[in-house]
Amino acid sequence: MTDFKITARNVQVHYGTNHAIKDVNVDIADKTVTAFIGPSGCGKSTFLRCINRMNDTIDVCKVSGTITLDGEDIYDPRVDPVQLRAKVGMVFQKPNPFPKSIHDNVAYGPRIHGLARNRADMDEIVERALRRAAIWDEVKDRLSEPGTGLSGGQQQRLCIARAIATEPEVLLMDEPCSALDPIATAQVEELIDELRRSYSVVIVTHSMQQAARVSQNTAFFHLGSLVEFGETGQIFTNPVDPRTESYISGRIG
Amino acid sequence: MTAPKSLLTIDPHTRKRHAAERRFRRYGLAGIVISVAALALLLVSILHNGTSAFRQSYLTITLELPAEILDPTGARDRDAMARVTTLTYGPLLEQGLADTAGDLGLETGLSPRDMRQLISRQAAADLRYMVLDRPELVGTTIEFRALASGRIDGFLKGRVSRDSAERDGNISPEALDLAAQLAKAGRLGLRWNWAFITAPDASDQRPEAAGLGVAILGSVYMMLVVLVLALPLGTMASIYLEEFARKNRLTDLIEVNISNLAAVPSIVYGILGLAIFINFAGFNQSSPLVGGLVLTLMTLPRIIIPARAALKSVPPSIRDAALGVGASKMQSVLHHVLPLAMPGILTGVIIGLAQALGETAPLLLIGMVAFVRDYPAAWTPDSGLFGEASTALPVQVYNWTQRADPAFAERAMGTIIVLLALLLVVNAAAIILRRRFERRW
Repeated sequence: MTDFKITARNVQVHYGTNHAIKDVNVDIADKTVTAFIGPSGCGKSTFLRCINRMNDTIDVCKVSGTITLDGEDIYDPRVDPVQLRAKVGMVFQKPNPFPKSIHDNVAYGPRIHGLARNRADMDEIVERALRRAAIWDEVKDRLSEPGTGLSGGQQQRLCIARAIATEPEVLLMDEPCSALDPIATAQVEELIDELRRSYSVVIVTHSMQQAARVSQNTAFFHLGSLVEFGETGQIFTNPVDPRTESYISGRIG
Repeated sequence: MTAPKSLLTIDPHTRKRHAAERRFRRYGLAGIVISVAALALLLVSILHNGTSAFRQSYLTITLELPAEILDPTGARDRDAMARVTTLTYGPLLEQGLADTAGDLGLETGLSPRDMRQLISRQAAADLRYMVLDRPELVGTTIEFRALASGRIDGFLKGRVSRDSAERDGNISPEALDLAAQLAKAGRLGLRWNWAFITAPDASDQRPEAAGLGVAILGSVYMMLVVLVLALPLGTMASIYLEEFARKNRLTDLIEVNISNLAAVPSIVYGILGLAIFINFAGFNQSSPLVGGLVLTLMTLPRIIIPARAALKSVPPSIRDAALGVGASKMQSVLHHVLPLAMPGILTGVIIGLAQALGETAPLLLIGMVAFVRDYPAAWTPDSGLFGEASTALPVQVYNWTQRADPAFAERAMGTIIVLLALLLVVNAAAIILRRRFERRW
């Protein structure tokens, strides 16, 4: 049990009267990439947003069950979601850099969490994050230019740099490549593989090839339930559940 | 089966659709032409009738300032000289004008006493103040620039003619003849008139001396009150409603109420202000403070609605991004959402401010239509902040159009020009601010 970074037990999510997530149990290991796959509207993004309590911002959304991070219940009333989100970073489907300079985009997280003591410190944090997001060489000469002026793929890597600048322990990625072209996708995937050394990464994806390429474990969601969870190779070659089998062979979804 | 259609012929259905489109465009164009024409007509009529208010007729009179009358003690002591009233200065001016006309060899047939028709009642007061300020002039002969009376001003501007003078008896035709001769001799003419912008209002008998000083100051003070109160209150209210408040019945109710308040006739706010700020809170009536408070009440919903729309138009992905890196709700709003919404919020504020600047009805009810001769102070121990009586520009327009002398109608038009110029300044400030806050995506 303690080997797992994140464990979810009997998680239920209700959007008003809509029961969006039904009784999900999942264990996410540290320093691995876990992929959530499934047809649109199956609840995989919703579940992902439970892990850093982004669903708290939606009034009608009610989460029950327990999700623990390092053995601590993140829905405990004593937990401040702001502190949680510093530990659990998130990258969104659409690249969403702030309309500020590239430097300020990356520096924003460390600044509000007080991670840098001075300017030089901050510059170092920014450079490290941009290097790890494999975008440093492309932007090092124009750090003061707006982040919104970059191409889509660069913007997404900038957002990844922004997410890892606060040194999170878990990185949640909600379809990070759906708005990118194949070349940018390949860059981001390479990056995810790289990030696995330091973080536990959870990625939601529509592309089964992508799940197969980047993840070690895969969870298949269908109609709000977790149908099957296991090693990626096993899920794709020898699924246990017939629904998984029909999804990966293209018959549902 | 029909024959294959050629692309080179246009079928009737397509032709019909194109005709409809052309018609639609013509309607739009007609709409624009009509509104532009109406606007041009408005501007031309205001400028045509109003610009003359900025020029005023002045008489150049050579007159003696006899020491034995103006300074009986001979000490040139200001307090002693101040005992000599305006009534003494009037005949001096009349005599001076008669002498000036005589020296020029003008045939008048008017006695010195009849000369008062040409000279404004304000001129004697002006002369007195000048003498009190510069006692050394007493005993000398000076060239004094005296305000001409409103009828003479009207004569020079073409409003009064010999015929109309014969009919209405406000001024004798002989006086007009003399005015024509004086004008020819360079002793009477139109000059740029700063007093129109700086002087306070004047009574019905001296339209030529009436100015906008008090009204401009009152309007500026009120705008300050509105800006200081409505901008933070409106912005905070819209941020709370849009970003923090839960969506439930209570917030729905508040939302409906705000929308309705924006449509409430402004005079209702006047009654409310009268009841609350004057009768209950006991602030001075006619004061810019009360006017500003009433206009703030009126402006708040008109600021909150566009401010909420501006906040709503900030893409949610920006909020997600901020929360995703661990910003608190307040940080995400203050650091990211608000700067992006600022141009829209400012637009709302400026439009609200411009509406408040031109608002008349509620001010009538709180007594700002009063005749005010003294400039309001921004702060005095007795009156408090902006607590002294004043008027406002739109009320001054209303006030002057009520008066009998046609000279006031010209001044009302001039007031509209000043009001429009002030609005232009406010709008220009808005555009500059918006440019500064605008960010590219």
